[in-house]
Amino acid sequence: MIKHFINFEWKQFFRSSYWQKSIALNILMAFLAVYFMLVFLALGISIYPLLKKQFPESDPLLMVNSFLFYWFLGDLLMRFFLQKLPVMNIKPLLILPLKRNKILNYVLGRSALSFFNFLPLFAIIPFGVILIFEDYNTTTTIVWMVLMYVFTLIINFLNFIIEAKSAETELSFLPLILIASLLFAVNYFELIEFTTLLGNAINVIVENPIYLSIPIAILALVYYFNYTMLKTKLYVDGSLKAKADVATTTDLAWTRRFGDIAPFLQLDLKLLWRNKRPRSSIFILVIGLLYGLFFYPNPMYKDWIPMFVFVGIFVTGIFMINFGQFIPAWDSGYYKLLMSQNIKYKEYLNSKFSLMLISAIIMFVLSIPYVYFGWKILTIHFAAMIYNIGINSHVLLLGGSFNRKKIDLTQRAAFNYQGTGAVQWLIGFPLLLIPILLFYVPYKFLGFEAGIATLIILGIIGIVFHQKIMNFITKKYLNSKYKMISAFDQSN
Amino acid sequence: MIKVTELSKKYSGNIVLNIDELEIPKGQTFGLVGNNGAGKTTFFNLLLDLINPTTGQIITHEIQVNKSEDWKPFTAAFIDESFLIGYLTPEEYFYFIGELRGLNKADIDTFLIQFEEIFNGEILGGKKYLRDLSKGNQKKAGIVAALIGNPEVIVLDEPFANLDPTTQIRLKKMLKDLTTNSQATVLISSHDLGHVTEVCERIVVLDKGNVVKDIQTSQETLKELETYFSV
Repeated sequence: MIKHFINFEWKQFFRSSYWQKSIALNILMAFLAVYFMLVFLALGISIYPLLKKQFPESDPLLMVNSFLFYWFLGDLLMRFFLQKLPVMNIKPLLILPLKRNKILNYVLGRSALSFFNFLPLFAIIPFGVILIFEDYNTTTTIVWMVLMYVFTLIINFLNFIIEAKSAETELSFLPLILIASLLFAVNYFELIEFTTLLGNAINVIVENPIYLSIPIAILALVYYFNYTMLKTKLYVDGSLKAKADVATTTDLAWTRRFGDIAPFLQLDLKLLWRNKRPRSSIFILVIGLLYGLFFYPNPMYKDWIPMFVFVGIFVTGIFMINFGQFIPAWDSGYYKLLMSQNIKYKEYLNSKFSLMLISAIIMFVLSIPYVYFGWKILTIHFAAMIYNIGINSHVLLLGGSFNRKKIDLTQRAAFNYQGTGAVQWLIGFPLLLIPILLFYVPYKFLGFEAGIATLIILGIIGIVFHQKIMNFITKKYLNSKYKMISAFDQSN
Repeated sequence: MIKVTELSKKYSGNIVLNIDELEIPKGQTFGLVGNNGAGKTTFFNLLLDLINPTTGQIITHEIQVNKSEDWKPFTAAFIDESFLIGYLTPEEYFYFIGELRGLNKADIDTFLIQFEEIFNGEILGGKKYLRDLSKGNQKKAGIVAALIGNPEVIVLDEPFANLDPTTQIRLKKMLKDLTTNSQATVLISSHDLGHVTEVCERIVVLDKGNVVKDIQTSQETLKELETYFSV
């Protein structure tokens, strides 16, 4: 039976249209995976010499142990957002002559093979090997390594329990964030020192391998808990059923003042708010807004003004780029309706443009406090906003006419590359890099004001010729209408 | 009137639709019947300019559909769930379609009163988005939306599939009323021979993209069709 299961997994992976369609994407994913592996490997190799050098007095192993609390907490948080127990695709197995416990063990066992569980090994094993070379007791080290892996698995299964519990409430990730911050705070203010407690516990286990049975017992316990929890839910009205949201009807009457584009604007606002994937592009706004804090206070970048242009374009344009690069794929689910309804393409596109324009203005206004770091930064942000509105928004709309990738709105957002094609990557870089170049050349030869003026003038030219450009873009969309319809019609 | 001339659609060498000539007069209820792969949906997609014909053309009310977009104001369709916007509530969806057809909220509210029976309290005022409705209820919403704004051409692909028996009967009555009370041309495809013969004045049978039968519905039509398909 296991043979079949593995066979299914294999086919599911390699036969998904996903895999076959976009090789570039898979290369990127592989690249990311390799990157993380290397990071962990570097961590595992360098941590011993680093600690030895910084704190020659203390034992590196004990020091590492005392920091493991943060590691585990971070691991748990990361998994919560990125890892899901894949229960949906066992539906067809339910009515086949298979024992339920076999299916359950399969689902749970498979999760142990997740990439998230292998990643820590890249740090754990090199560190352990170095310990052995540094004349640590071999048994101690091996016990430590086994223990770390057991902890990784405990976190793996603990995460599913937390996810299941938090899925029952409306608040989703809030409780976990709250609990994690609480644990962190309690530890930080030394009310209960989890770091020391956990560190000591690990030290004891490493010294007396017999106590290794305790974490293994905990692992068995969380596994069993998962098992019983899943068992009650292994019905099509249980966890296999997709959750329905409670709907609220809103009329967004204030959009009326935008005239002809009002119905589309309403549709876009609802699209953004009611679907997981686009909703995350709203949350990204916050990240984008805070992005400047990485650069502006840092004296290292103080004299590298062109870098600030990059930040300015990013801050005022983050929503634009995030939302704009998937036009019209956001509407791919009902594209046929839009194409057969009484709709003027230009109005539809103008609504998207307005949304991007409004977002750029709002982001600029919100970024005004950066004036604290100097007037130059505010000036750069202003110029970047004008450039974004005049040039980047049109480029994004034009790029959309080459869009052939469907987006399933109900899918979650993090690490979801659905709908991403070569076009998105090709567009992304020029959007951010060209303005830097446009700024840099006059800045270098004529000065700061000339650089700013170049960006603003280019932006204004784009705004002045908006109607003309939109006519051109609309034509492009009309030309690729059939191709888009048929591409959006294919299920992934 | 809808006029089809030398229409064909090929996909990598395979002919999926090939109609030399077909005329559908204004106000006719037109039924399209055929087994899977007969070309019914392809024909509707061509009529709605969702795919490009390999040869030939469709002219509806003097407008060639793949040349001008002026047929859109008087044409409405429900082909499949991709005509629904999943993240809207049914009301919002109706208002949106209404707005595209120049009707305001009050107009739509009045329009929807006549469908209260069909909706059976499960569609309006519920706390559900369209994506969370059952298949049958989704279909009801889609069909009703296609009737908004008194379109002159209405295209419904498989309107009876997934509907419960009561709604099937009500829908049949509604479609019949529609043709007697208005000048709308209604195009329906169906696998249910009983339903089409009951509703449609004329039935065309497609087989592998070709028109093989063109019947004015009479008492004997159902028998004739059953004999044809039982081979």
